[in-house]
Amino acid sequence: MKIDRRCFLSLAGGLAVGHLLTPIPWKITDDIAIWTQNWPWTPVPETGPVTWKNTVCTLCAGGCGIKVRTIRDRAIKIEGRTDHPVNKGSLCPLGYASLQYLYGPSRVKTPMRRTGERGSGQFEAISWDEAISEVSGKLDALRKNGRAHTLACISGSDKGTVPVLFKRFLDAYGSPNFIRTPSGRDAHEIAAYLAQGHKDKNIGFDLENATFILSFGCGLLDGSGAPGYQFNAYSRFDKGRTLVQVEPRLSNTAARAKKWLPAKPGTEGALALGVAHVIVKNGLYDADFINGYAFGFEDWTDEGGNIHMGFKSLVNEYTPQKVSAITGLDANAIESLARDFARAEKPVAVCGYNECKPSANIDKTLAVHALNALVGNINQAGGMIVFADPEYAVSEVRKDRIATEGTAKPRADMAGTDRYPQSRYLLDLLPEVLMGANENNLPVQALMVTGANPVYTTENSETARAAFAKIPFIVSFSSFMDETAKLADIILPDHHFLEGYRDVPAPDGVGKAVTSLSAPVVKPQYDTRNTGDVIIDIARSLGGTIGESFPWKDYDTFLKQAFKEHYRDLSRNGYVIHAEKPLPWDRAFATENGKYAFYPTRRHAAGTDDKSRLPAYRELDIPGDKANGTLALIPYKSPRIAAGAVANPPFMTKTIDANVLKKEMLFIQINPETARGLNLRQGDTAVIRTPAGEARVRVNLFDGVMPGIVAMPAGLGHTAFSKFIADKGVNVNALLKPSADPAYGLNTAWGVRASLQKA
Amino acid sequence: MSTQTDNTSNTPSNAPSPKKGATGWVILAFFVIGFGFSLLGGWVGFPNMLYKEVPHPIDFNHALHMDLVFDGCNSCHYFRADGSFSGAPTLNECRDCHQFVMGTDPNEEKFVEEYVLQDKEVPWNIFAKQPDNVYFSHAPHVKGAGMDCAACHGDIGTSESLRPYQENRITGYSRDIWGWEMSRLGEPKYAPRMKMMDCVNCHVEQTDSKGSCFQCHK
Repeated sequence: MKIDRRCFLSLAGGLAVGHLLTPIPWKITDDIAIWTQNWPWTPVPETGPVTWKNTVCTLCAGGCGIKVRTIRDRAIKIEGRTDHPVNKGSLCPLGYASLQYLYGPSRVKTPMRRTGERGSGQFEAISWDEAISEVSGKLDALRKNGRAHTLACISGSDKGTVPVLFKRFLDAYGSPNFIRTPSGRDAHEIAAYLAQGHKDKNIGFDLENATFILSFGCGLLDGSGAPGYQFNAYSRFDKGRTLVQVEPRLSNTAARAKKWLPAKPGTEGALALGVAHVIVKNGLYDADFINGYAFGFEDWTDEGGNIHMGFKSLVNEYTPQKVSAITGLDANAIESLARDFARAEKPVAVCGYNECKPSANIDKTLAVHALNALVGNINQAGGMIVFADPEYAVSEVRKDRIATEGTAKPRADMAGTDRYPQSRYLLDLLPEVLMGANENNLPVQALMVTGANPVYTTENSETARAAFAKIPFIVSFSSFMDETAKLADIILPDHHFLEGYRDVPAPDGVGKAVTSLSAPVVKPQYDTRNTGDVIIDIARSLGGTIGESFPWKDYDTFLKQAFKEHYRDLSRNGYVIHAEKPLPWDRAFATENGKYAFYPTRRHAAGTDDKSRLPAYRELDIPGDKANGTLALIPYKSPRIAAGAVANPPFMTKTIDANVLKKEMLFIQINPETARGLNLRQGDTAVIRTPAGEARVRVNLFDGVMPGIVAMPAGLGHTAFSKFIADKGVNVNALLKPSADPAYGLNTAWGVRASLQKA
Repeated sequence: MSTQTDNTSNTPSNAPSPKKGATGWVILAFFVIGFGFSLLGGWVGFPNMLYKEVPHPIDFNHALHMDLVFDGCNSCHYFRADGSFSGAPTLNECRDCHQFVMGTDPNEEKFVEEYVLQDKEVPWNIFAKQPDNVYFSHAPHVKGAGMDCAACHGDIGTSESLRPYQENRITGYSRDIWGWEMSRLGEPKYAPRMKMMDCVNCHVEQTDSKGSCFQCHK
């Protein structure tokens, strides 16, 4: 018997045929298919009893009520809470995606101390005791050196108990430098002070009940302001209700509005005056309100016998023809807009809070407030609502000599100084002040940052980064490794909002006095601590009157005490409405004569004549010179891109269209007409240059952008957080530049001059 | 002659034979060996390689518990208020009775000492666990169609000792899903098999329809 090659071939053949008649190929194929369902990196929700827990999202100032589906200690899914008075079930994509922040890699997991060079992102983990004693040691030394007033705190909000604890800490420590990040609230606060005499009150708009919303550039459906509240109000719009959008770009809001009026950017104030002109001329205003509860509508005489111009005389100049020339809108459109607005049952004019780039233009804001006053829609259902926050039951701060002297010193950002006496916070001015100072006389020697990411969000952000980097000691309280935390010396990580208690004050722009309670849904995932507890510990470790000013056992005790009898409702329902009805007109205004001031006598104006106090239209130039920048760059907001302190989580980035962000390249929007002049075509790569910086972008041609305007999405181009978030697109703040109002110091720039060149 | 001699010597019969290979029978024999080896390996060796025996953390005595509870299987494997099914009880549920060792069974002692006192969930082997791409709801089967637990899970409720658990080395799921018989023929050894076609066959039998894909694959 011979054995040769053919025998082995035959053996192989036998094996091959045989194995087909066994389970091997079929079973392995099936098992491999199942194996592919079981990648270890694919998250699989736990199984177990499902519970829904109510809380509030705090990733932006929108304050939406949410319910979280949890299984054991794992949060699985977030949905809008249908019985929450702010959003009634609506929620923005950031809220839905916020679990990615809870479990994602951008969390700061323990207290950290910087080891590498500033901004290098090299940190070492330290214990809480070590971290708190290091911070209090540095602050103690600073105070003993007589420089208590050089401690600053940058906070995303000045409302709510945690910001109140920070303010209290600075008060007891001896510094006036509590700084809130810029927002649409700035201009509204000043307008409310000038026209209604209120300090520190909230201005909201009852969009749910308004029948005619005249929006001056508010991104109501673009994720600005309080997105859940605005989405929900719009979702309940029926045929009888109207939204008119004034904006230079066809945004989501403009596309869904009944009418889109693309006024030239920066001229919205003139349009408001033009609308007022038609209302006044045709006697369409609310005579009851004007005659009984308003001052300065007609010309008036002061105690010295001088005659002053009233609002009526001011708007007399702003004929539809004149306004048409300023805004570029049709005169008839202005006329009919004004008539429709005044004749609507509940008209409301809105601006500021929810704009993508809130240009803190006091004139415009006063003019928009005046429109609401003209139609008598202040503190009425469907109108502009003014309300106060609940008062916290907190004892007086105890101050020693250093604290009394320190808090009396001028602020580092110049707010409240002789130059800008009526402004409260001017963070935009701080980088310039810091850059101009040398190390010894730097007005900020130590900085605490809470609920904010100023290194990313401040306009001209590269300069801001360099300026903040000069501060010798920076403490960040961020939950995430954001741009500011990356620059810090010590990070004292806060809980994610699903891990701890926090009160959430009434969201900006919402016409309801609602305070909500964010409550823990899951146990803390890492070694983080509630910032409220940490600031109490730091105060106590500093001792003296500072420690005495913080007598509470912990933050939760303080929270309960601060809300007193409201706390029960707050913890039971998750929210409390602390003022059911706004004040009636006879008690609504805190001006000298108790009336609404069409003529803001208190206004700190650049000039002394009537027109500089009245909200006349003044052309505002934007930063940059016209010779080099023939275009104007404006940022725009998208509901799919988070543009605040917190970056876009990957789930949201996935939803961005390929003509907004493709791979790492961001697209700017320009009108095809502008593109022709620059010899640019769809998809071309170009370099955009502004006085603040330059960036490589790609071009998306869009008829919905006014010629001469370059529109860029806000919220991209992060450099921190995690590798899944960083380095996508361009940060528009790195290209923008603030421009200070001469009397208020607030940033009035609605854009920046820019040039675009094919790369 | 010489020529003839030469001729003779050149005849094929006298020349060294040209290369002649194995006969057809030998080749066939090799084929059969290969074929047989495959069958043996595939039906006997393969299952032993694919599955590994995993010991149970606790050898649970269902029969004993059934005598002590009032509501049969539902006492521990119940429907939650929202209609979802609880599956294997959690430690908290067991702890209601087993705070301390009550009997003399070494399994109970092990359970109390290693899990209850250490507050650790028992990593039960789940015979019927399905992959995550399958959505299965007990409610329409038990409440809607009135099926008995045993219809799918076999008579585990009356067992005094847990049956062996084998884990598929590739997928990590129980051998019960495919069935202990690799051929999937004949009566199942312990409990009905649970591959997709098993669901489909039963559905066709009972409802005349196999249903839509998305009913189970959501």
